[in-house]
Amino acid sequence: MAQRFTFALLVAVSFALMLMGKADTFLAQRARLMFDDAVAPILEVMSRPAAAAARAMQIAHELVDLRADNVRLRQENDRLSHWQVVARQLDEENRFLRSQLNFVPGPDPSYVTARVIGDSDGPFVHSVLIEAGIRDGIQKGEVVLSGEFLVGRVTEVAQRAARVLLLTDINFAAPVMLENSGAKAILAGNNTEQPELQFLAPGTPVAPGDRVSTSGDGGVFPPGLPVGTISSAQEGSIRVTPFARRHQLDYVTVVDYGLPGLLSSGLSGDQ
Amino acid sequence: MNGPLLQRFDRGVRRLLPFCLCLVLSLVAATPTRLPDFDMIMPALPLIGLFYWSIFRPDLIGWLPAFALGLANDLISGTPLGVSSLLFLLVRGVTVSRRRFFLSRPFRIAWWGFSVAAVCASLAQWALLSVMFRQTMGIRAVGVEALMTILLYPPLSWLFARSQRSMLINA
Repeated sequence: MAQRFTFALLVAVSFALMLMGKADTFLAQRARLMFDDAVAPILEVMSRPAAAAARAMQIAHELVDLRADNVRLRQENDRLSHWQVVARQLDEENRFLRSQLNFVPGPDPSYVTARVIGDSDGPFVHSVLIEAGIRDGIQKGEVVLSGEFLVGRVTEVAQRAARVLLLTDINFAAPVMLENSGAKAILAGNNTEQPELQFLAPGTPVAPGDRVSTSGDGGVFPPGLPVGTISSAQEGSIRVTPFARRHQLDYVTVVDYGLPGLLSSGLSGDQ
Repeated sequence: MNGPLLQRFDRGVRRLLPFCLCLVLSLVAATPTRLPDFDMIMPALPLIGLFYWSIFRPDLIGWLPAFALGLANDLISGTPLGVSSLLFLLVRGVTVSRRRFFLSRPFRIAWWGFSVAAVCASLAQWALLSVMFRQTMGIRAVGVEALMTILLYPPLSWLFARSQRSMLINA
């Protein structure tokens, strides 16, 4: 009898927790953060052997592909040397034009680089835990990059760890644009490896291979961060393959573009 | 003089073993694998532990520990709080009620029982989260996850059986 009662009570508590989490109360958030802080050191230690094994496998792969890689790199080098010349010219031209315009450069964003220590792997949630938190100056809402590619956004920050919502998660959305046409759309995660493009104006030309980057609308992400390429464009469903691959996330960069602050300072300036 | 006290302490620590093993499995599931095709799939490792111990030593993982394991799993993996707790409670409930059946049968029957439990748990989790996120999620990854979990049952249950024999024989 007492057993049954305990069971029923705990089932009720589980449902209550789900409802509470859905309402996103302060308490649920606090519990998560405290726990993240507690397990961060354990996960950090546990992720080391996995990282070492992955590195060993990568080395083996590289050894096998050495010759083919060499040829490919030589060709790439030729192509890039050409681009370097072009880039130098453009840089020169850019500097000249800026000096003509009295251009004021924006502030350099501050950033923190952190190791990925936890990955929720499963098909239900796409988020990772990184080994940096409040004490490293990370704030909720900051943009997370891998190299120069968009990875996601910081959703929870504890003292020594933070949770990053990946752009493939079903709860992720970002304003983006097609680099070819400048057409705006919303990138929406769907818990698969290929998020969808939504709200693209009808009739916009879009083809596999087109590059997608953030548009900067809404002030959450700065404009121009590379997101991915269109992988399939069928009627009603346009899919994007992100540049940042989840299994390759080892170190990520958390960047503070000062964007959440822009809006509030703008408002206070109006008063 | 200290004998009985030490013995009791030793026994108490040993009795925590199933719970700790399940907790460690939750943590293992959360460590990044960095393998190209495994970033979307993670077998529900703690479920294996929960099923095994619910058959062989249900006294060591009661309702409250099962609930706590679920809560820890939700906190570690980032799923909404309460989802794993509910699933773990249900899995324990069903398994304990059928444990006599499994105990008297060969291993493959328990494996088959676990397969049913794992598929049901995955589907229930999928349905719960689809309702909570107000969107239906792809079912394919859920199937693959359940399959991986089922395939990992034999090696893990072998490990549990060894630890049971060496640590819990008279605890």
